Amino acid sequence: MNAALLASRVQFAWVIGWHILLPAFTVGLSSYIAVLETLWFVRRREVYFRLSSFWTRIFAISFGMGVVSGVIMPFQFGTNWSRFADTTANVLSPLFAYEVLCAFFLESAFLGVLLFGRRLVPRWAHLVSGLMVGLGTLMSSFWILAANSWMQTPAGYRIIDGRFFPTDWVKVIFNPSFPYRFAHTVVGFYITTALVVLGVAAYYLRAARHADESRVMLYQALGLLTVLVPLQIFIGDAHGLNTLKYQPAKIAAIEARWDTQSHFPLTLFAIPDEKSASNHYALDIPDLGSLILTHNRNGTIRGLKSFPRSAWPPVIYPFFSFRIMVAIGLLMLGLVLTAWGLQFAGRLRTSRGFLRLCELASPLGFLAVLAGWTTTEVGRQPWTVYGLLRTADSVSPSLTGANVVVSFIGYAVVYLIMFPAGVGFMWRSVQRGPSEPATQGGIIQGGRPEHPVEAMPRAPEADEATAREPPR
Amino acid sequence: MNGLVPDLVPLWALILAVGIFYYVVFDGFDLGVGILFGLAPDTPARNLIMNSVAPVWDGNETWLVLGGVALLAAFPLAFAVLLPAVYFPILIMLLALVFRGVAFEFRYRDAAHRTFWDHAFNYGSIIATFAQGIIIGAFIQGFNVQGRVFAGHSLDCFTGFSLFTGFALIAGYGLLGAGWLILKTEGELQQWARRWGRLCLAGVVIAIAVVSAWTPLLEQRIEQRWFSWPDIALLSPVPILTLALIVWEWRALRGRADVAPFIIAVALFFLSYTGIAISMWPMVVPYHYTLWQAASSPNTQVFLLIGTVFLLPIVFMYTGWSYWVFRGKVKADLAHH
Repeated sequence: MNAALLASRVQFAWVIGWHILLPAFTVGLSSYIAVLETLWFVRRREVYFRLSSFWTRIFAISFGMGVVSGVIMPFQFGTNWSRFADTTANVLSPLFAYEVLCAFFLESAFLGVLLFGRRLVPRWAHLVSGLMVGLGTLMSSFWILAANSWMQTPAGYRIIDGRFFPTDWVKVIFNPSFPYRFAHTVVGFYITTALVVLGVAAYYLRAARHADESRVMLYQALGLLTVLVPLQIFIGDAHGLNTLKYQPAKIAAIEARWDTQSHFPLTLFAIPDEKSASNHYALDIPDLGSLILTHNRNGTIRGLKSFPRSAWPPVIYPFFSFRIMVAIGLLMLGLVLTAWGLQFAGRLRTSRGFLRLCELASPLGFLAVLAGWTTTEVGRQPWTVYGLLRTADSVSPSLTGANVVVSFIGYAVVYLIMFPAGVGFMWRSVQRGPSEPATQGGIIQGGRPEHPVEAMPRAPEADEATAREPPR
Repeated sequence: MNGLVPDLVPLWALILAVGIFYYVVFDGFDLGVGILFGLAPDTPARNLIMNSVAPVWDGNETWLVLGGVALLAAFPLAFAVLLPAVYFPILIMLLALVFRGVAFEFRYRDAAHRTFWDHAFNYGSIIATFAQGIIIGAFIQGFNVQGRVFAGHSLDCFTGFSLFTGFALIAGYGLLGAGWLILKTEGELQQWARRWGRLCLAGVVIAIAVVSAWTPLLEQRIEQRWFSWPDIALLSPVPILTLALIVWEWRALRGRADVAPFIIAVALFFLSYTGIAISMWPMVVPYHYTLWQAASSPNTQVFLLIGTVFLLPIVFMYTGWSYWVFRGKVKADLAHH
């Protein structure tokens, strides 16, 4: 593999790996804020107002990071993957463009009003802004996952002179893996957010702070997780069957199956070895692999040896990342069941040990998203468009290894400054809590706070009083 | 698709041109405000300057993404050749935009390091602008292309000319930023913006003069386009109008007009932009591929056009509404979430 190709792959994994953490959080959080704003609008309980303002502050940080790391993404296709761009643009580019037109503008225009406009617009308009931001993040997921799914399971195209041309847009967008991937990813994003909300609620409960807020957050998050975690396991299973049908080599890599066989076991752990095409230290459960993947004990699966060696994904990455994802999913299920057990025993809000577990569980969703993303993207290798366009033929031919190493160092340094800083500020917002001013001890000059952020949050009565005044 | 599809290339060229111009004006004033930010006299002034763009900056930057993906969608060959050719200016621009973008939130969250984030906003804006100017200069110079790929070296885009256009754009965005601040502020800060606006205008005048003289020397086709008869007569309104606008802008900056400095700056950008478009037409990969040669398939263009004619007006409507919400002079106590 040439140096520019390898470095470009590392760079893409780096920029998308960091970027995906932000939608993983903001898709769910914007919906949560929309729910809180709706509850505040309809039921007028102050706790919803305080929670919405609190989570909006955190959302603002993560969304800003999402914008700047997201702007980088489409340019990667041009700078580093220009032959991929040239080959696939006729099919994929409208999906990217529709993402911008349907989603990015919607999010950014209404986010300004959501963040800064509470006193400048009527209550309903502020609510609509919250709903529009949430809708925008979902539409963004729709289009970008349609594009990603097409790379996994291309449909609705024909190839002329080595380039893809569209023949049927419905088939392009609703390609075979898209419904499963969309459901699996968005539900994963919601679970990720719910775990963070649960963790924050547990943190306040343990510290005996913000009793109202933490109670509301605890039950909202737990309620959502109770529905979504089992649902996600079901969707994940369906997604796996879909992958088996359309990307059998990926499944063979995930399960480290080398030979085509029936009655195949489920390998809980092994060190897959591509050179000898076998597993070392395998811990197998007989027949369970057949049962899970084919829903039949006698089911047959194609082994990697039935594919040309040049079409093998690197087995070890999807094998382990898939196991990490599934293990996290089962941990989440255990957490939800334990929570309900404690609830029926009347000890949910007082069990310090369990609340501590909830705190520790808050980053689990992010890890699961990264593990799942690694499984599906590395499992697609060595192709960018599955079975049709090789990753090696997608990279920009003019780049040298040194070029890409320099740019990668640039992205690495900037992300290692930005992401820890952003996470640190979000953590600081959490420590400050929902009902206290956003910054303490600000200097007031001439009757006006020196910094805008110090003007918030205000009590809702005051908010309504000022809302009736002319805005300026 | 059959042969009945009309030629959509001119329409897509127009949409792309409008989109890029919109980006240049809106992120232009946004970045220009960031450029002037470093010169602000004190912290309250810096807060006001930041607040004048805080609610709208990410919407403005979205146009950069739209410009990128619209180029990919309508003229994919241009996207695939140009971006590797300006690999490092793009990288520098993106990294600088990261710093200036996160600075909006981070400087309020991180009082202990506010100076660091203020610098990030200021230098990020300057460097991003400089990189964009280099991209424009490199585009005018043209690229080394073989077949469907860029065949030059990643550092080819850095030349005396492109570095000059980099500086030129800093002056230009500075002028837009000053115009925006005159529009959004009052009193002493407005006077301050007028002073810096005049300096930026001086820079813009030099930039327009040098680029106008230098460009025809770079490429014979450009020289012929502007200086052969009768084109020279037909195109003469461009330089004459530019001159008139420069004089008018100078007077507006010295006078008391609130709105005029920004509007005239936009008009100046429009003329310079038109000038470049006239020089380049119909090349989109200078000087190898025309718009038609680089266009995507008619099927692709139709599919995207249907949604675009429907969605873009809606985008303008709610973007306009969000600007309307934050209309008028910016106040220090703009209620932050």
